[in-house]
Amino acid sequence: MSDDMMEQIKKLCPKTRVKTDKRSGDVEFLCDRASTPRVCQCLAEDHDFQFAGLVVEERKEWELNYIFSGVTPNGRAVVKTKAPLDDREFESVSVLVHAADWHEREAEDLFGLVFKGHPRLGDFILHDDVWQEGVEPMRRAFKPETALSSREPRDGWRPRKIVDVPGGFIMPIGPVFSGDAESVHFQLETIGEEVMYAFPRLFFKYRGVEKIVEGRSAEDALLLVERFAGTTAFSHALAFSMAVERLAKADIPERAKFLRVFLAELERFRSHLSTINAICASTGLAVGASQTAILEEKALRISGALTGHRYLFGLAALGGLTRDFDKIALHTALDGVADVLDEAGRVENLLVNTSSFLDRLEEVGAIERDQAVLHGLVGPVARASGYLRDLRETQPYAAYDKCGFKSVGEVEGDGYARLRVLFREIERSVEMMKRVVAELPDGPCYSPVSFAKGAAFAGVETPRGAAWHWVRMDKNGKIERCRLATPSFTNWHGFHLAAENFAFQDFPIILATFGLSVAENDR
Amino acid sequence: MSGWIIKGLKSGVVSTHYPDGGENAQGVSPGLPSPAGGVGVDTPIGRCPTSALKAKDGGAALDKFRCVHCHRCDRNVEPTIPWDSSYEWAEKRGKTPELPKAFQRSTHIRVLDAGDCGACLNEMKLLNNPFYNMHRLGFFITPTPRQADLLVVLGPVADHMKTALLKAYEAMPAPKKVMSVGTCSATGGVFEDGFMTSTKLEDIIPVDVVVPGCPPPPLAILHGLLLVTGREDEIRSDATARPAADSSGKEAGDA
Repeated sequence: MSDDMMEQIKKLCPKTRVKTDKRSGDVEFLCDRASTPRVCQCLAEDHDFQFAGLVVEERKEWELNYIFSGVTPNGRAVVKTKAPLDDREFESVSVLVHAADWHEREAEDLFGLVFKGHPRLGDFILHDDVWQEGVEPMRRAFKPETALSSREPRDGWRPRKIVDVPGGFIMPIGPVFSGDAESVHFQLETIGEEVMYAFPRLFFKYRGVEKIVEGRSAEDALLLVERFAGTTAFSHALAFSMAVERLAKADIPERAKFLRVFLAELERFRSHLSTINAICASTGLAVGASQTAILEEKALRISGALTGHRYLFGLAALGGLTRDFDKIALHTALDGVADVLDEAGRVENLLVNTSSFLDRLEEVGAIERDQAVLHGLVGPVARASGYLRDLRETQPYAAYDKCGFKSVGEVEGDGYARLRVLFREIERSVEMMKRVVAELPDGPCYSPVSFAKGAAFAGVETPRGAAWHWVRMDKNGKIERCRLATPSFTNWHGFHLAAENFAFQDFPIILATFGLSVAENDR
Repeated sequence: MSGWIIKGLKSGVVSTHYPDGGENAQGVSPGLPSPAGGVGVDTPIGRCPTSALKAKDGGAALDKFRCVHCHRCDRNVEPTIPWDSSYEWAEKRGKTPELPKAFQRSTHIRVLDAGDCGACLNEMKLLNNPFYNMHRLGFFITPTPRQADLLVVLGPVADHMKTALLKAYEAMPAPKKVMSVGTCSATGGVFEDGFMTSTKLEDIIPVDVVVPGCPPPPLAILHGLLLVTGREDEIRSDATARPAADSSGKEAGDA
């Protein structure tokens, strides 16, 4: 952390207590409630930190941790503020750092905190037409039985209307819609052909994962963390394992670090192919959709043949991996992946020469770079808008520092740019896998972790972008608080940017190019 | 445009022969523990997080509706429980009458995501890809429950989805069938103790066929589809007369 930044923060909040973690280099700023927003703003605007997530903890006091991620290897900062338990009023940070918007809405809904100045609180995760106000499931005192038995749904939920013109109306879509879409509700504000705004109403799939893992051992929690977003299971299991390992100050065998890169890239490879397939299908390009579906299934079969599970469940372990892979198996998988990549290259060649396909992607759902920065977008969506943030590069974990990873991006920020980023990234993924197989050290791929009490967090670049997992363990080795800040949550917040003033038929295409997961968002 | 035609033709036929024969390509199924016999396997049984494995006659017995393929019974443990590579996991539950003959060969499906993690839904989606191509067997996905003969429900039925689920079920015309896909909707899976999810779909609406798996691979869902439409007699997975297509797209026996 630079000296002028420290000085600036001292000026904004003279009572700030600064704590630096020697091992990780993470810096914590303990500020008072009034100056927290300004300190956060200082990090975000003057020092190029990206807001990564808000972790609310109900301990002896309320503890709010605003996590920020910077561009240097040790660039993680936490702005912490406290308040007595009976005082639930905080200054809203999202007024100054817009990326915190949904995180504060969530904290208001699940903990009953009040954020002064926040423009829109209320119905968010717990739907008003299912639950009454005052149900705060993340509180320590929450008793599911009482809440469930005394349910008083309010039939008052109405869509929010912004466009006030003659003939304007809201077209509702979902939660059950399309052929095989995930459950989410959209309100398209339209005057007929053109749609002015599209707002998603999410959390139909809220399963309360962060609450159910409380009181469980880390190993049991891992099962849930792996299975709340099945299409990016390994990345989330990895982020969770890394957080627990950091807390235990455990050293992971080198071989496990390299194999983790291999598996994470295999998952990205498959996930990106799936997104590319969805983009082809959304434009009605039947042959392209079939061809890319073949590639996705091949990638799944390679994963299944190598690891025993098509979606890489059951591989991550606290302290390494649950199993090792022999050289022959890795080479077979690598050869298979390289073949699929060659095929994907040929398909891309056809795609970029199909004008009817490009017409539907170019200039559709464009996001400007400064909007992407303001909303703190992550993953291929941000990188397609020229916001080049990739945790594999900025804060390399596992063995990424030894694999020489370089991120890729585009500048246009439209659907076509996002498609190109996906294609470039699968090439990088295969490169990484090759590096891993070439440089894989011998040795064990698992060493047991002895659990320690306290809190730690870790970030992983999942296929959809940066995910941050925060874990606090108690002295019995049970989870006290677990927070999953997911890339889909971040990017759904910015989805409306791409869905402004478009034609109805572009809607599925904008959705597909974002490649978001509802399950990952809803948790 | 001719490029696409050539590309399509070059890809050849990749469709599986299932149900005319078994599929033996690698990586089509995560498989299940198959604890045949064996004594002294208390350690692996104790490591099962979802109580899918239970002690029985000194050995172990598997409740396949609870297994989430976590491999804790065969990795880093002694002794291990062996695993198979099966995929025909679906089981009938139905008390409702069989679909009339006319509906059996052209079945329209409404897929309903009731809180699944995305994996079951992806496997369901993949049934439309050239490898599985469920159209060849007369299965079609329809966007509206009003035209659906079969409701396929995935996920542990999140609380917020209950109303939508019931509405979709009621909107379907009779005769209608329901198939539950995935361990979550079969027994709650890893969400069994959750406060925002139901334990199983069968508690909410009548279910005809249950397909376990976390997630069930496309072939397991296909097996379930054949069961729910009363077409078990078409399944000849033991037949070895026709070789299965391998994942490279080339057919082993065909010229």
